[in-house]
Amino acid sequence: MSAELAEPASKIELPAGVGGGGEIPSFDVTLRVRRYNPEVSEDATWDDFKVTMYGTDRVLDALHKIKWEMDGSVSFRRSCAHGVCGSDAMRINGRNRLACKTLLKDLDTSKPITVEPIKGLPVEKDLIVDMEPFFQSFREVMPFLINRGHEPTKERLQSAEDRERFDDTTKCILCAACTSSCPVFWTDGQYFGPAAIVNAHRFIFDSRDDAGDMRLEILNDKEGVWRCRTTFNCTEACPRGIQVTQAIAEVKQAILSRKV
Amino acid sequence: MTATIQPPRSGNPSSGKPSSGRIAPKYRRSGGSKGNFEMLAWLFMRLSGVVLVVLIFGHLTVNLLVGEGIHAIDFGFVAGKWADPFWQFWDLAMLWLAMLHGTNGVRTIINDYAEKDATRLWLKIVLYAATTVIIVLGTLVIFTFNPCPVANGVQLPGGFCPAP
Repeated sequence: MSAELAEPASKIELPAGVGGGGEIPSFDVTLRVRRYNPEVSEDATWDDFKVTMYGTDRVLDALHKIKWEMDGSVSFRRSCAHGVCGSDAMRINGRNRLACKTLLKDLDTSKPITVEPIKGLPVEKDLIVDMEPFFQSFREVMPFLINRGHEPTKERLQSAEDRERFDDTTKCILCAACTSSCPVFWTDGQYFGPAAIVNAHRFIFDSRDDAGDMRLEILNDKEGVWRCRTTFNCTEACPRGIQVTQAIAEVKQAILSRKV
Repeated sequence: MTATIQPPRSGNPSSGKPSSGRIAPKYRRSGGSKGNFEMLAWLFMRLSGVVLVVLIFGHLTVNLLVGEGIHAIDFGFVAGKWADPFWQFWDLAMLWLAMLHGTNGVRTIINDYAEKDATRLWLKIVLYAATTVIIVLGTLVIFTFNPCPVANGVQLPGGFCPAP
């Protein structure tokens, strides 16, 4: 039977090491997923799933395999699956990362890989958290252009240097990896959090924006930038490589230079 | 045939309200705090830290390294230093800055780690009481220090004075 189904031998000579999907090394890996379903139990538990994955696979692929082939009740968020939408931030082996940007081969596959929801936000089910507190802080810093000048008929021009000033903080995809890695945010959830400050920074230092003072006043709150303890967890967690702690420090400096 | 589709994120099924648009009370910020207290506290920590480095290393050098070093320290050494307004001011600045710097540090730790409001309040009351006692007591000692303690007309031992 199998001889009949086999592909006829290729007539093209390929040098060794070229092509062939089967050449990607495969390995077995155990994913230890944090499960929580308030309709069944108030307690969260760990579930182990053993899957065979390939060297090109990401944690998200393993989660897909689990959800599609093993246990359809495993719940997580993902949209674009390519590191742009920021939906699938989760705590993988104790660190906040995007499941779609973390290759399994880069993790220690000899031990189970732990996958948990991001910390500090209320868990709704399995890996899904309620992002509302996160977005509320984001909304409070007014993350949109406010310009009191005349409406230009063309685009608002800006020099390359002025654009460069806030380039780093334009990269934010609002995945909440930074805010949910911040120990100050974990304590009581009152802190505005790195993501809100990063998005305020993006407009505070934009030469076209006129509401920088208002945003600085908002972040001068007792739950604002002064609660930052510069632990650099946010900078380490950011999947876009934004220098978050530096952005927070720049906002602190801006408040100081305005007030003192 | 009307099927009720549950709104997504129905965090609280008993209320039947979707949780989007509402925030768990834990995350609700209690109004804007006016004033710059946190900013000034942050600034004070940086400035006092820099000044304290100078004060403390100056203190350690003069007490432990200069001259006979640590062997010279006794009642008379301290009495001699506090006879000089320069060292009075130095030690006073060190006392106040170190106490306020430390108190503010512990205050932020309490803010970060205390989970209940009542715990937070009591820890802060204890902290501020301890700080006040030490600052007041220390300041009194620096300014009212008497190198020739006399009790009931008798010179106390350890005094560092020429005999009357």
